[in-house]
Amino acid sequence: MRSEVSLLVLNRLFIAIITLLIVSFAVFFATSMLPGDTASILLGQAATPEAVAGLRKAMHLDEPAILRFMGWLLGLVKGDLGTSYANNMPVADLIGRRLVATLELAAITTLVSVPLALLLGITSAMLRGSYYDRFVTIFSIGVISVPEFMVATLAVLLFAVYLRWLPALSSINEAHTFFDLLKIYAMPVITLTFVISAQMIRMTRAALIETLKTPYVEMALLKGASRSRMVFRHALPNALGPIVNAIALSLSYLVGGVIIVETIFNYPGIAKLMVDAVATRDLPLIQSCAMIFCLGYLLLITAADIVAILSNPRLR
Amino acid sequence: MTDRITNWTSADDAMVENAIRRGATRRDLLKLMLAGGIAASGAGIILGRASQAVAATPVSGGAFKAAGWSSSTADTLDPAKASLSTDYVRCCSLYNRLTFLDKAGVTQMELAESIESKDAKTWTVKLRKGVTFHDGKELTADDVIFSLKRHLDPGVGSKVAKIAAQMTGFKAVDKSTVEITLADPNADLPTILALHHFMIVANGTTDFSKGNGTGAFVLETFDPGNRSVVVKNKNYWKSGQPYLDSFEFFAISDDNARVNALLSGDIHFAASINPRAMKLIDGQSGFTLSKTTSGNYTNLNMRLDMAPGNKKDFVDGMKYLVNREQIVKSALRGLGEVANDQPVSPANIYHNSDLKPKTFDPDKAKFHFQKAGVLGQSIPVVASDAATSSIDMAMIIQAAGADIGMKLDVQRVPSDGYWDNYWLKAPIHFGNINPRPTPDILFSLLYASNAPWNESQYKSEKFDKMLVEARGLLDQAKRKQIYGEMQAMIAEEAGTIIPAYISNVDALSSKVNGLEANPLGGMMGYAMAEYLWLQA
Repeated sequence: MRSEVSLLVLNRLFIAIITLLIVSFAVFFATSMLPGDTASILLGQAATPEAVAGLRKAMHLDEPAILRFMGWLLGLVKGDLGTSYANNMPVADLIGRRLVATLELAAITTLVSVPLALLLGITSAMLRGSYYDRFVTIFSIGVISVPEFMVATLAVLLFAVYLRWLPALSSINEAHTFFDLLKIYAMPVITLTFVISAQMIRMTRAALIETLKTPYVEMALLKGASRSRMVFRHALPNALGPIVNAIALSLSYLVGGVIIVETIFNYPGIAKLMVDAVATRDLPLIQSCAMIFCLGYLLLITAADIVAILSNPRLR
Repeated sequence: MTDRITNWTSADDAMVENAIRRGATRRDLLKLMLAGGIAASGAGIILGRASQAVAATPVSGGAFKAAGWSSSTADTLDPAKASLSTDYVRCCSLYNRLTFLDKAGVTQMELAESIESKDAKTWTVKLRKGVTFHDGKELTADDVIFSLKRHLDPGVGSKVAKIAAQMTGFKAVDKSTVEITLADPNADLPTILALHHFMIVANGTTDFSKGNGTGAFVLETFDPGNRSVVVKNKNYWKSGQPYLDSFEFFAISDDNARVNALLSGDIHFAASINPRAMKLIDGQSGFTLSKTTSGNYTNLNMRLDMAPGNKKDFVDGMKYLVNREQIVKSALRGLGEVANDQPVSPANIYHNSDLKPKTFDPDKAKFHFQKAGVLGQSIPVVASDAATSSIDMAMIIQAAGADIGMKLDVQRVPSDGYWDNYWLKAPIHFGNINPRPTPDILFSLLYASNAPWNESQYKSEKFDKMLVEARGLLDQAKRKQIYGEMQAMIAEEAGTIIPAYISNVDALSSKVNGLEANPLGGMMGYAMAEYLWLQA
């Protein structure tokens, strides 16, 4: 059984590397389809043809794009992400600080939302049909239906502008105590939890209800297992696959999809960096960000699959 | 705002303050207010408040936080490359220019003690003595020559390479005197040197991320696309300045988020807020608005070399069809000043105020359209979000045309690529021009026969001759007269309708003092950091 699992994992890793390659090509072509290039965008309204040509030459943008892309790819193999066109800083430096910020936000949101979603999902599955279950269902559908910029804006209006309990901006630089950190992360984390929990709650509830209907769970009940033992020992392990998958999908959103939250709370994360990079057609930076988003997604999905395999009693 | 007066908002306060700063007399202001239907007693209160804000004594100290509206990883501390408000604000806090423009649009000396010329071709710049860079190095002629010469190197990617190209010779006469030779006489050189891009950096600088200048603040943190923090330069050569201990600047691109950050007390200053948010701030105590009109405008261009713009009567008709007051009131929501179809703004000392804007006169317009034989045709007009408010303006003009049987077909096109694909190209389209400090730069760029951005293909030999003549004139009065005449020529003959100068509104906490309007743009021409002070 062990060998089967490791084969599966190896197979997954191979597919992941191929996927990364395909994604980087796709991103490269999409970028080169965009009108304008770094030189003309940097010069803006002052861009005369001579000035653009001069700057292009100075920045080595006059070489064929595909060659520059290949150069970047070779550098990547050596672990070098290249240099940003827009401000000549190493891409690794630009991304470093911001990736840490994004991962911090993602980690805190995960710690809050996953336990919460599991708790709500499992309890409403156990009490399905009750008023409590209906309330949770209506609440999660409601939350899914409200766009996050609205949640964020309302939160700012209430907690920052009227009550003045929390800062409207999440500037990490100003956190001196643990309490400050709590204050700074409160609103972005609440907003993101709203956004990603609903999916997880609904998936957990559905998967668990599905398993609770199976004959072996009924058998366990007839053998005299308590309700909680029936759920946690017999049903949950078999429902874990789809649940973990839903969690992974939701969490992958926290790496690249947090642009709205980053914008509203002025949080210096990596999603906004990518948007900036696209605006200045900064190829090395766009590619590096895309790779990181893609890698995050693949890691989460792969982890979900592995957990699903390991938790499957038939494979143990 | 203790004294609430009906129909009076902070926007009006900003207007009054602006008028006081421009040197309006009390009598002018009373007239202005009575025209606005305010009782004389009320007017007294507002005046008192406005003059107070302008005239209090500065105190030192405080950490000031301000937010602009745009920033990206392309943010730079290299003055030559500066392109956004964010860059200008940071450069102004770290470096100095040789000259600067004061609130009245008059050129004042900064790092230069004097800039003089007998023939407007060879200029002698005497530098202020005893000025040091942040790293302790003394300011000399070599630094100035290096800073100016950089713009001529295409590899630098300077935004003002074209303007700098006229400087052909540089010579260090002695340690603190520079001689600049121009290709042709230009009396505007002192004003040109007040452009943000001509900030003075240390000789031989290649790494600009340190922000080593002679300015009021020393760089502490700079993270492109995120934020910058600068701290008081204790050895600053202007005595007493700056007042602030530190100045933090970053951008909040979302309009609502920027206003909310101000209202929640996270920042002291929110630059460039939209008219909708003004109402939000108006209802709150502890905040004020500052309105600046510095010559940014959106204009309607009719190419004179293509149909229908090649018929003079069509162009004249359009000039009568544009309801300028309505454009200011509804398209700009009151944040603008009616303009008279020429690019030199009221903030400029050469502005021709005798030239009256064309009145809205549909009958006259119809008469001209009939003469041109265009009534009944459908005329395409290209508008886009890329040119501020141009879509709203197009709607207003279209409605006015419909009333007299003139069919204008407004074609709305996307922002991305607008400047490359439609601007200067379509027969009738909208443009948007940013403020420039001198009539010479505006005219050379927009209206001379060989102008790179000649939006309506206006060609006049007389105009070109006057342009060259005025450029080399050191006699101010004669210059003003020639420029005044040129403005009238543009308003009458060119195919560009400039209905309004668009105002910029900054919102700030009432604790902030010392903010004044400046012809170079909002935030005191981006140089506010060294002049502002916080009430303890």
